[in-house]
Amino acid sequence: MKKITYTDKQETRAGFGEGLLEAGRVNPNIIALTADLTTSMKMDAFVKEFPERFLQVGIAEANMIGIAAGLTIGGKIPFTGTFANFSTSRVYDQIRQSVAYSNKNVKICASHAGLTLGEDGATHQILEDIGMMKMLPNMTVIVPCDFNQTKAATIAIADYNGPVYLRFGRPKVPNFTPVNEHFQIGKAIVLSEGKDITIFACGHLVWKAIEAGEILAQKGIDAEIINIHTIKPLDNLAILASVKKTRCVVTAEEHQINGGLGDSIAQLLARNYPAPIEMVGVFDKFGESATPEELMVAYGLDTINIVDAAIKSIARK
Amino acid sequence: MATISELEKISTQVRRDVLRMIHAVKSGHPGGALGCADFFTVLYNEILIHHPKNFTMEGKNEDIFFLSNGHLSAVWYSTLARCGYFDIKELATFRKLHSRLQGHPTTAEGLEGVRIASGSLGQGLSVGLGAAISKKLNKDNSLIYVLTGDGELQEGQNWEAIMFAGSKKTDNIIAVVDYNGKQIDGPTNSVISLGNLKAKWESFDWTVLEMNGNHIPEVIETLNKAKSLTHKGKPIVILMKTEMGYGVDFMMGTHKWHGQAPSDEQLTNALSQLKETLGDY
Repeated sequence: MKKITYTDKQETRAGFGEGLLEAGRVNPNIIALTADLTTSMKMDAFVKEFPERFLQVGIAEANMIGIAAGLTIGGKIPFTGTFANFSTSRVYDQIRQSVAYSNKNVKICASHAGLTLGEDGATHQILEDIGMMKMLPNMTVIVPCDFNQTKAATIAIADYNGPVYLRFGRPKVPNFTPVNEHFQIGKAIVLSEGKDITIFACGHLVWKAIEAGEILAQKGIDAEIINIHTIKPLDNLAILASVKKTRCVVTAEEHQINGGLGDSIAQLLARNYPAPIEMVGVFDKFGESATPEELMVAYGLDTINIVDAAIKSIARK
Repeated sequence: MATISELEKISTQVRRDVLRMIHAVKSGHPGGALGCADFFTVLYNEILIHHPKNFTMEGKNEDIFFLSNGHLSAVWYSTLARCGYFDIKELATFRKLHSRLQGHPTTAEGLEGVRIASGSLGQGLSVGLGAAISKKLNKDNSLIYVLTGDGELQEGQNWEAIMFAGSKKTDNIIAVVDYNGKQIDGPTNSVISLGNLKAKWESFDWTVLEMNGNHIPEVIETLNKAKSLTHKGKPIVILMKTEMGYGVDFMMGTHKWHGQAPSDEQLTNALSQLKETLGDY
């Protein structure tokens, strides 16, 4: 197992804020919109530097999505910013018709996704958003894993022409991907090569997958760790190449098992190269109030759960 | 500038097109389409600054129209074809497999004149506002027009958009409400009353105009007045009274033709009331 260290702990949403500012400096067509969550979305620096390119829409997410779709018609590149729940389930039909079906160049940027939103509880802890977004034709779905990668992904999607869902989170998490690493949409990143099992992870679970890989190494298990930062389009070639080598799989994500990363990989494998697969995620439950750390343990999304899943998956080879 | 008589000829032909298109596939929404035929005719042939032969998605320096109540697609398609966006022969493909003229409008098939999908109600005004803001940012003084239904105003997203536009003084948009007082389940006021619609819009800081949408001279005059009121710090809305099914006697005065195609016999009867003026497609 390759030794991977982190430099500091930062919020992925802060990576979004920095990426937005940087992209905005390069491309004058970038417009930022929010529904009364400027500071939570870390958009303040953009607002300060480009007040004329910022739209405060108020607590009206449906209108925000529609306005974003309309902005593209004049050549603008709108980045909408609100919590993941209000970015998706609240406005699903607006996204479906005005953005995805109309194939508009809207970037739907969503923070506070998943259980790590913490104490606010299940009303805000969306665990179904990846599934909803990936089901929409024309939609690209990206779930970066740390501050650096979220910043890079934000910059990358500005240069991509089409609807994108960019999902990130609230808490400070280990920042370990290289600074200014080029972000290639749809290209999986092999973090550590191995031969006994492949662990595919996205978002906050990537660091936990790395930790799990280290524990597995101590047990004599050589795990391959792959960061699937783009859920759609899925990097089919990279996934199949790895599984043909390791012949068993664990997926890890802060999302429902139904409709998430594991679901996409299971479908790919079932159709091309059936292999044992264990999934770390939320099993058809809503979240609840607690600290992020408590919730990750309580819902089986911790490092040890990935380790256990790996051992189980290997036993099924 | 077209004469009133020329515009009447176009709107009559558009009504024929609408009925023939819907009859051919035994599906569609004739009631509202017939009611709005005069508005579409005036808007596209007299009011809009646009380039039908050179359609671009961006519509730079052109006025842009959005149809929020997408079920009026037949009247929009006919109007677009009749003023040159695409060949009128294509009207014969309406609602058929692989047609660009989908049941509800879409950008997916690249149909000239359409810039957003619509059909699921309540979204067009927001989209129009986005396009209006885009024009302002681009220092483009042309205008945005949006048509919504009156029943459609029961969708909450409209009121988010109405509140936004009043608050932000989006003054390069003209919204038009097809105020025919009818929706699928019956009279709008018995489904969910719109109350004092004029007062509602005014209280959201819009300038409100009213017109009879089935009287071409009045439509011209009111739309020109609305244009003259743009860029003055307030969004504009026109409450447009129309008669659902206008132009065909047995389709008027009822909500029953919202989404029903005429039979062979009914088509013959309807077309006998609408003389072929510009040649059928």
